[in-house]
Parts: sequence; C-alpha cells; structure tokens
Amino acid sequence: MHIVDRRLNPSGKNLANRQRFMRRAKSQIRKAVHESAGSRGIKDADEGGEVVLPAQGVHEPSFRRSGTGGIRDHLLPGNKEYIAGDTIPRPPGGDGGGGSEGSPDGEGEDDFRFALSRDEFIELFLEDLELPDLAKRRVVNADAVVFHRAGYSVSGSPANLALNRTVRNSLSRRIALHRPKPEELQALRDAIEALDPSEDAKRAALEEELARKQRRTGIIPYIDPLDVRYRRFESHPRPVAQAVMFCLMDVSGSMTEHMKDLGKRFYVLLYIFLKRRYKNVEVVFIRHTHQASEVDEETFFNSPETGGTVVSTALEEMQRVILDRYSPDNWNIYAAQASDGDNTASDNEKTAALLTKTILPECQYYAYLEVGRDAEHFPPGFIRRDSDLWQTYTAIIRNGAPMAMRKVGHRRDIYPVFRDLFAKKTGAEAAAE
Amino acid sequence: MSSTLIRTERPLFEGADWEFGTIQRCHDEIEKIALKEMGLDVYTNQIEVIGTEQMLDAYSSIGMPLFYKHWSFGKHFSRNETMYRAGMQGLAYEIVINSNPCISYIMEENTAMMQTLVIAHAAFGHNHFFKNNYLFQQWTDANGILDYLEFAKDYITSCEERHGEAAVERLLDAAHALMSHAVHKYPRKRAADLRSEEKRERERREHDEKVFNDLWRTVPGKENARHDPTAAEQRKALLELPQENILYFMEKSAPRLAPWQREILRIVRIIAQYFYPQSQTKVMNEGCATYTHYTIMNRLHEKGLLTDGAMVEFLSSHTNVVFQPEFDDRRYNGLNPYALGFAMMQDIERICTLPTAEDKQWFPHIAGCNDHMNVLRDVWANYRDESFILQYLSPKLVRHFGLFHVMDDADEPNLRVEAIHDERGYRKIKQALARHYDVSWNSADIQVVDVNLAGDRRLILHHRALNRVLLDEKDARLVLQHLADLWGYNVLMKEIDPATDAVLKEHAASPRPGIVRIEPAA
Repeated sequence: MHIVDRRLNPSGKNLANRQRFMRRAKSQIRKAVHESAGSRGIKDADEGGEVVLPAQGVHEPSFRRSGTGGIRDHLLPGNKEYIAGDTIPRPPGGDGGGGSEGSPDGEGEDDFRFALSRDEFIELFLEDLELPDLAKRRVVNADAVVFHRAGYSVSGSPANLALNRTVRNSLSRRIALHRPKPEELQALRDAIEALDPSEDAKRAALEEELARKQRRTGIIPYIDPLDVRYRRFESHPRPVAQAVMFCLMDVSGSMTEHMKDLGKRFYVLLYIFLKRRYKNVEVVFIRHTHQASEVDEETFFNSPETGGTVVSTALEEMQRVILDRYSPDNWNIYAAQASDGDNTASDNEKTAALLTKTILPECQYYAYLEVGRDAEHFPPGFIRRDSDLWQTYTAIIRNGAPMAMRKVGHRRDIYPVFRDLFAKKTGAEAAAE
Repeated sequence: MSSTLIRTERPLFEGADWEFGTIQRCHDEIEKIALKEMGLDVYTNQIEVIGTEQMLDAYSSIGMPLFYKHWSFGKHFSRNETMYRAGMQGLAYEIVINSNPCISYIMEENTAMMQTLVIAHAAFGHNHFFKNNYLFQQWTDANGILDYLEFAKDYITSCEERHGEAAVERLLDAAHALMSHAVHKYPRKRAADLRSEEKRERERREHDEKVFNDLWRTVPGKENARHDPTAAEQRKALLELPQENILYFMEKSAPRLAPWQREILRIVRIIAQYFYPQSQTKVMNEGCATYTHYTIMNRLHEKGLLTDGAMVEFLSSHTNVVFQPEFDDRRYNGLNPYALGFAMMQDIERICTLPTAEDKQWFPHIAGCNDHMNVLRDVWANYRDESFILQYLSPKLVRHFGLFHVMDDADEPNLRVEAIHDERGYRKIKQALARHYDVSWNSADIQVVDVNLAGDRRLILHHRALNRVLLDEKDARLVLQHLADLWGYNVLMKEIDPATDAVLKEHAASPRPGIVRIEPAA
C-alpha cells in the first residue's frame, strides 16, 4: 500500500478548461457582467463575483427520453394504503407516479451560476475600451532593466563561458596552424616501433619528424586564451508607462452630495481603467470654489466648502502641479473634471484660453462630466439652456481638441457614459474625428 | 503476553486528528480483516490524500486523475465549485478509480474515523468489486487505463496544435453528445487491450507516412468502381448495419472525416465503454462496498481498535448513507442504491445464516448454507444489477421497503397500482424493479439502420420508442445536428412504435460546415 500526499500538487489544473468554458460562453458572460455591473455599487466594481448565465447556451445535449407521454411504470418505496388494482389520480403538474422523479441526469436545468475572479470580471467589464493616445512611454528609474543576449565577447565571467563557441574557435585555429593530431603522433611512434633495427637512416628521419611534430604540439596549445569567448548580455532599460490622473471637482455650494457621488463614481471607473493599462498610476485631487487647492482623497470628497465658482483656478493649480511634479515628457496625463456647469461669467474666457493654450496640449485626454440633479434628468429631446461651461467647452471641442464631455444625471448613466467615452474607435470613426 | 494483548487492543486512533501513520495502521488492520476474514481479493492499494480543489477537479473529469481538455469540464468544475462554496452541496469523502494499482482519493478534511471508513469502503469494497466482477473483467482494462488516458490527453493536445482548438472542440462537442450511444452492449471479438492502442495508432501513422507518395494525387481517378448497385442487404452487411454504437459507426463509416478526427471519436468511445460497467452495477457496487465497510468497522470495534465514540460517529454517518426516504417524503429522489444494495447484501447474509421457511422456499440453494461470504463473493463476481435483483430480491425486503408498482399510461386518466408487497406481487415487483436497472430498458434504443453510400448518402436512424415514450425533442434535434455535422450529409431519425412499427415522429438535420467540408446540395 502506498500513501501519496497530493495536496501539494500544483493547483489550477482546471484552469485551461475554465478558460475554454469562458471563451465558449463569452457573449453570455459579457452580458451578465454588464447587467451585474449596473446593480452593484461602483466601489465593488472591480471585485469579482457571481454572475448568472442562462443554462441554454452551455447546454450539453444527449439522446434521452422525454419526461412526458407514453406508458411508464414506477417502483416506489413506502406503500401504506394501496392495494393492487387501486387507481390514483394523476398528480397535478407532475408526470411522476406520486413521487418526484429526479431529472434523468441528476442535473437541474436551472440558470447556471458562475463565479468570476476579479481579473476576469475587470477584463470583461472594460473589454473593448481603449485609452486614447497611449503611446507615450518613458523610462522612470534604473531598476527596471532587462538583459538581452547580444552576441559574444572576449571577456566575461566564467559562468558565462560560451563553450561551443570557444571550442569552435580552438578547432579552426588548430586546423589553420596545422597542429598535429594525437593520432598522427601515435602513427609515427607505431611506425618507429615497427621498423627493422637495420633501417637506421629511416628511423632517424622518422624520429626527427616525430620530434618536430611534438615540438609543434607544444607550441600550439589546444585551447588558447585567444579562443575563449563569453556570452554577452546587454542591458536595456525597460520602458515603464506611467500615468497621472487629475481629478478636478467643483465643490462650491451648488454641488450637492448626489453630484459629488456621480463625480466620484466616474473617477473610480477611470482609475480602474488606467490601472489596467499602466503599471504606475498616480492620482491628484484638486478641488475648487473661487480658489483651488490640491487635497487628499478624504478631503476631496467629504469636507464641505463654500464660495463662488471660478474654474480657471483649478486649471491653474493643475498646471502648477504638472510643472512641479509631472513633466509631460515623462507622464501620460489624464484629467477628469466634474462640475454642475456653473462658472463665473467673467471667467469663461480665461478658462477657455488656459485649456487650449496650456492644459490640453499636455494632456492625453481631458474628460468633462457635467453632473445634474437626479430630478433634473430631463427626457431626451427636452430643450434646456446649456450651462456656461458646456457652452465654453463646446467651442473648444469644435476646434478638435483631445477632449470629450458628457452629461450625467443618474448613477445608472455613469457606466454607459464611461464606455461611450472610451469605446474603441473603428478606423473610420477615428479618421472622422 | 498480557502486554501484547493490551497493545493490540489499543484503539487505532483517538479523536478526529490523523496523520499518515494513522492511515497506514488503519489500512493494515482493515487489510487483515478484509483478506483473512472476508476473503476479499483486491488490487494493490494506492491511497492519495487530496484537498478540496483537487476533489472538485476530479469531479469535473469524471473522477479521472488526468483527462483531456474541454470546456464542459470547466463548466462542471464551476458549477460544483459555486455550489460547494455556497454551501449547497457537500463533497464526496472519497473517489476510487478502477485501475491497477487501485487509486483511492481521500479528502484531507475527513476525520480519522472517516478515513478508516473510506479505506474500508473504497480501497477494499469497491476495489474487490472492480477486480472480480465479470463486467469489469470483460470491458475494462485496469492495467492500461491510466496509460490510455495519458495517451488520449497527449493525442488531443497534439491535434489542437495541428488543427486548432476550435476544430477539436467542435468535434468533441459532437462526440460528447453521442457518448450515451457509444458503447458496444455485447462483447465482440475480445476486450480491447488499451496499452496496445497507443502503439497501434503510432504504427498506423508511421505506415501512412512511409507509404505516402505525392504522385498518387496526380493519377487520374478510377472509373466508377462499383458497376452494379449492391443489394440493400449486402450493403447493410458490409457496413455492419443495423448498428447501435453510433460513434463507432461514425468512426468507421463517416465518409468525410479525417483520420485524426476518427481517432478522437475512438478515444471518446473507448472512454464511454470503460464506464459502461459502472452504470450497470451501481446497486451492487455500492452494496458491496457498503457491506464491506459495515462488516469491517464492526469487526474493528469488536477487536477494540475503534473507540466507542468513533463507532457512534461511524453509525451516524453510515445511517445517513443508507437512508431511504419514502415516496411521499419531500426528500425522495428515487431508490437509493446504497440503501438497496446494502439491504440486499445483509439480507443474503441473513438468508444464509438464519433462514425462515419463506427463504427456504424462495432461495433453496443458499438458505441456511452458513457460508455467507462465499455466496456474497460469488454474487459480486457474477451478477449485474438487473440479474442480481431478479435473483436475490427477497419477499422480506419487498415488505421492508414497502415497494409497490405504479403504471402511468398517458392515455388513461388515472395511474394504476399494478402490484404491492403481497403474495401475488413479489414476483411482479422483482421483475419490474430489475427492469429499471436494465441498460437496454433505460437508455433509448437508437440504431443506425440504413445509408445509401452510392446515392445521396442520407443516414437513417430508428428510435424504437419503448412504450411509446419519445425522445426529448429539443435535445434530440441538437444531437442530431451534431450527428449530421459528423456525417457530412443529411440525417433522418424516425421514432417508431415497436409494437406496430408505426412512425410516431421524424426529425431531420442537415450538416453545417465546421467539422467536415460540406458539398453544396445539388
């Protein structure tokens, strides 16, 4: 008898099957993910979780008898009152003879519950989304270095000795310089030995030849330091793409909790998304009233503030932070601004100028989210006056800046709007923009 | 002397904890009882301790330690995992594989008592049954199965590399759909030697490569070789029609399948065949294993090797396993094979040792023979569920379970009680119950009956609808579609009432491209 402890065997044996299954049911899983994303809070948006698939698409059919019709007989345990010849009224709804028969294969045909890991969920959640202008890559620090093989060198550490190449060099040198082979020497010795004692002249000749060859062997080494080669490696700095995300928000009195919540949800989505694309993502929170300041996340969302609304202050603050810490040469810069659209009328022009002249040229992408009160969620087609900012920004976008803006009135709109902003552009669309 | 006595009487373990030494000791003590006292004959045991995830793994690949890859296994894994994590379903305490050496998987979470129980149950009960039952000897090759599975896995992986995962997946989908009709129900020439399968396949391919000559491609085609259309009878004989092993027929006769596709069909078919005996011996197999563990655990307790506490734990678990709810109970889900099997084995023991007048009348050949182990070993070796019940279901058990037989004719307004557990009913109930375990009665009788290879190549199948019970229509259509995809031409299935030969229903399917190249219809 052997006892084998298999608990330490590598786990995840079923991963390949799981991936095949996911690929098979992909369209259904995708749909389920989007439905479930609508029903859960954004905070848990990047958690994995259970989704429910209809059993239909992953059904495995087989030839089996149907559950109805024909003549069937049943053998049941636990008879108490019946005697042979009794009739029993057919139980309503069921076809079984008084008991509940299990389904033939013991498996229900209910919907299929399926648990997705966090990565799988995010993958599907953000599928088909693409960051605009992802190209900027930049070396950050020296520790990200990869080594590539790069030919041979004549110096190096013994561990990197390239044996094949060394012996090859040695062989060609020995051939070129006519280093006598051991077999040749042996043949000469054998010949001398085999000679008749009388043939002195011949012996002398042969011995001289042998001595000459031996000398040559001594002069020409088997492996010369010249032959030795080492495998050479070159270090390449690995490009590390990094991004900084600026969250700008109006926190003046006109912004309600509801509006801030909408803004936050959008930032969270953007953060998850950036995190997927860049190893290193930093977030800067800038809030503004009639003056702006960089704050931490807690303050950003939670501490109340009063004052007027001057958007340009936030842009100036952003510009300051960029100059200070995030040089556009090294960083991919994304900005998302949430506001209810109010701005001091005199500031509009300054805002537009700041955006077009300094901010937008440095940014990969600038998203403006105009949040409205839930009650103000007008039906489509209802004409209302556009806000100050909206009008200002419309003019900027018309000039083809890397900027997008949307209006959001309800939590459920956040995700569609987000998808809409970052949906992969097809060739034609991209060209049209 | 007294000291040795005390040592042998010391319990094997106390409390729930165990380590490998405990398992070894339990195994050795169980082995003494099983081999010497019960006279069992088993393959060498290999006991493997596994964790939860590995048990789920084993679940999804029908208990096999290694298996090829397919999405359906991922589906089963996910289903089981989700159910398990949600606490809706417990996991089995063990899984045992019919191989030599006999591999039993035991869960690391089990208590020491449970490990003892599963070793007795699986490593001796099931193991003895696998080694001795005639069906397993006839149909399975315990020595070769692991090697064959390894070959199957490698072969299918290499096909995926050569032909793409999608192509292999489509083929396996179709093969799996037909797996329930991929067994030979009667032995043909001889049991397949699985070890040589791999060699054969290699030789076949090498031969093909050796005799390959590109010139043959350029030789003009032969004139139509067959001048006179053969008579239908002759044609059927050539194709071995009618044929109930549909996958076998596809492998041998489907006109457009590539050699690797045939080989994969063959793999699926051989694995289906390997599991064929298990489906016919559920009651006996579990009965044998349950009876074995029950006997062994009691003997261990008598010898003082099990504490009273462990014994109570065992009895509680054992009682759960052999519980049979009555038909009007909400928990009722068919007859429990553990309950029926165990009860019948115990009943045979009773008939052998303490027969009543009734037993003497019903079982004259064994009643009072006093050698119940001999009778049981003979039963385990030479019967399957159907014949076993037909032979050994005693009137006492029919009364004990309160079995009754109900007829349900869709044309009648009411159900009718045909027989109950009384003098007139015993035989009827015995026969009806035995029929429930008869494979040919349980699975739909579907046969390939005709194909015109010279004409439109339409494949015709008949389903002889026993008692006018038709196939589930949705599933039948899907499977038929798979069949058409394999066949490459149209397929027609007729459902026939075997009493009158009237056609009750027809299904037809046309091939989709994907598995084989489809010629556009003329």
